[in-house]
Amino acid sequence: MTAVPVPYRVVERRRETADSVTLRLEPVGDALAEFAPGQFAMVHCFGRGEIPLSVSSVQATGGLAHTVRGVGAVSDGLCETRAGDVLGLRGPYGTGWELERARGRDVLVVAGGIGFAPLRPLILRALAEPEAYGRVSVVVGARTPADLISREELERWRTAYTGVTVDWPDTAWRGDVGVVTQVMGRAPFDPGDGWAFVCGPEPMIRATARDLAHLGVPPERIRVSLERNMRCATGHCGHCQLGPVLVCRDGPVVGWDMAEPLLSVREL
Amino acid sequence: MTVSAPCAVIDKEGLDALVAALVAEGRTVVGPTVRDGAIVLAELTSADRLPYGWGVELDAGRYRLVPRADGAAFAHSSGPQSWKSFLHPARERLWSADRTPQGDLSFTADDAEPPSYAFLGVRPCDLRAIAIQDRVLTGGRFEDSGYGRRRRRALLIAAECTEPGATCFCVSAGGGPAAGPGYDLALTEVVDGYGHRFLVRVGSEEGARLLAEVPHRSADQVTEAAACGAVDAARGRMGRALPTVDLRTLLGASLAAERWDDVAARCLTCGNCTMVCPTCFCTTTEEVTDLTGDHTERWQRWDSCFDLDFSSLHEGPVRSSGRSRYRQWLTHKLGTWHDQFGSSGCVGCGRCIAWCPAGIDITEEVAALHTELGAETER
Ligand SMILES: Cc1cc2nc3c(=O)[nH]c(=O)nc-3n(C[C@H](O)[C@H](O)[C@H](O)COP(=O)(O)OP(=O)(O)OC[C@H]3O[C@@H](n4cnc5c(N)ncnc54)[C@H](O)[C@@H]3O)c2cc1C
Ligand code: FES
Repeated sequence: MTAVPVPYRVVERRRETADSVTLRLEPVGDALAEFAPGQFAMVHCFGRGEIPLSVSSVQATGGLAHTVRGVGAVSDGLCETRAGDVLGLRGPYGTGWELERARGRDVLVVAGGIGFAPLRPLILRALAEPEAYGRVSVVVGARTPADLISREELERWRTAYTGVTVDWPDTAWRGDVGVVTQVMGRAPFDPGDGWAFVCGPEPMIRATARDLAHLGVPPERIRVSLERNMRCATGHCGHCQLGPVLVCRDGPVVGWDMAEPLLSVREL
Repeated sequence: MTVSAPCAVIDKEGLDALVAALVAEGRTVVGPTVRDGAIVLAELTSADRLPYGWGVELDAGRYRLVPRADGAAFAHSSGPQSWKSFLHPARERLWSADRTPQGDLSFTADDAEPPSYAFLGVRPCDLRAIAIQDRVLTGGRFEDSGYGRRRRRALLIAAECTEPGATCFCVSAGGGPAAGPGYDLALTEVVDGYGHRFLVRVGSEEGARLLAEVPHRSADQVTEAAACGAVDAARGRMGRALPTVDLRTLLGASLAAERWDDVAARCLTCGNCTMVCPTCFCTTTEEVTDLTGDHTERWQRWDSCFDLDFSSLHEGPVRSSGRSRYRQWLTHKLGTWHDQFGSSGCVGCGRCIAWCPAGIDITEEVAALHTELGAETER
């Protein structure tokens, strides 16, 4: 552990779902180095602790956003912050999505739940340069319609295809019901040539990546973002080990070629 | 032991003078001393605190001090602690944060000047362990700055091993009783009819400067031969050995082995092995807030992969079974450590064997894995 957090002010807090918010942050003084989509920060909530959070937006001005779901002491504390509060950030850490590698090819984004957060800046980058990529499709799954993040954005974005599916529909729901893998097949996507970007709960990542590989997407072109317990983010605490991989250093974004053999071992 | 640069010899008074010189320079001298029925590492104000005349008797789950007639100071194997207690301490404040009445925050790193340590009596296995922790904590993209600051100022005086214990297996772990690179001075203790003395080799300019400050003479053939002979003999007297196979391949192929269930039935998941291991480096962090609520501190403390919380995600721990946690420890130590940090994580010091309350023996576990999986992993 080495770096001391840098103060960032919450300039906007937007509620996404019953248990998650998006915090837009601006540096109080000097900004950290620019984050690439897929990278994460260690975010310190005063008196509570520090947790890893991916960036859900990156601004050229040094501003950024995190979308956080309250599941425990620190994430709940972050969800309760208000505009004007100051947080401490370290980073950027870990590997990014490296969207550039998909230039000229189809892009398929598959997200489950809060896993949408790290994929959001990737989608924005791809849509900002439509001529640079093939067909850009987004498939999003959530437990219920109320758990969908950035719903208006999803409707607004000019993708080649947007699929939204929920596990438990409410009475107003007109869309798909079921898991993302059932919807994914509708996206216009050339499996032999395109790139897929996947984030969500681990069982969802496994099912999605397996199906994509089965469709003929080369495993190294299926990029997945992994989650493990992290205390330091600098490769020193040992918590984020997944076999030979230190997820904070060699991940969180890795290819399915690397992840598949590791995630298929129980309790690795 | 190979003798390259000309060696020197010091006697017990020379060792006294060495410690006195280090103390006079303002260094914190740490070395072995007898306390609470064990040889512990503690601050030494003079060389008389060294465990002259004490040896140890070791076995799986067993550690006893035994008196030695020859009065040797370094004729004991590794004790319950290692140098990580000083270079990578069990608790360390990383930084603190203060909140102003306006709600602004300032963060302050804990970068006070650390003591300038001089470690006296570093075993060859522990010298390698320090080099391994160097790679883990300072060799990557980020440096553990507290470790780096302490380490760069530390002076290492090795003591070669002439009395390996029954739990020692450094030779099969790729090391040996002779001191490898990394020391400033290396001592080899000789006690015979010609007296009690130490052959000294110089490993750095700082070591040469120190040696010049203490009474010494150039090495005679008898002392050199006795020192080399004792270290060579120690090589052949290791109490235990790891199987001579490619351990990285063996451990990599072991994930589904039945042996993990067998060892899990004995393992208490107490984490003793990780605490005494000189290379285990894992830590966790905690937040400590004072009564005003406007001052908070970030503390780092040792953690163990045997702890259930170690791998917790909000859905629960990734490694909930004892089987998976012992497997994590051993496959990391001997296998995936190579992938992560470019070497094995084991130096063969034997501490994990001696201090396991259930007497689990790493060499026996690896041998059993080899027997179970042997054919699959031969290359
Ligand atoms: C690279 C990475 C990026 C992430 N990005 C996001 C994001 O963008 N948005 C988001 O909402 N969440 C994200 N997470 C998950 C988030 O870090 C965890 O939800 C958070 O650490 C839980 O901490 P807590 O203090 O709120 O919960 P705790 O009070 O710590 O307790 C909840 C449970 O989670 C366990 N836990 C402790 N540390 C972690 C950890 N690092 N990860 C997961 N569980 C942990 C605890 O042991 C406990 O069992 C990310 C995780 C990683 C590794
Ligand atoms: S989070 Fe500490 S090593 Fe990866």
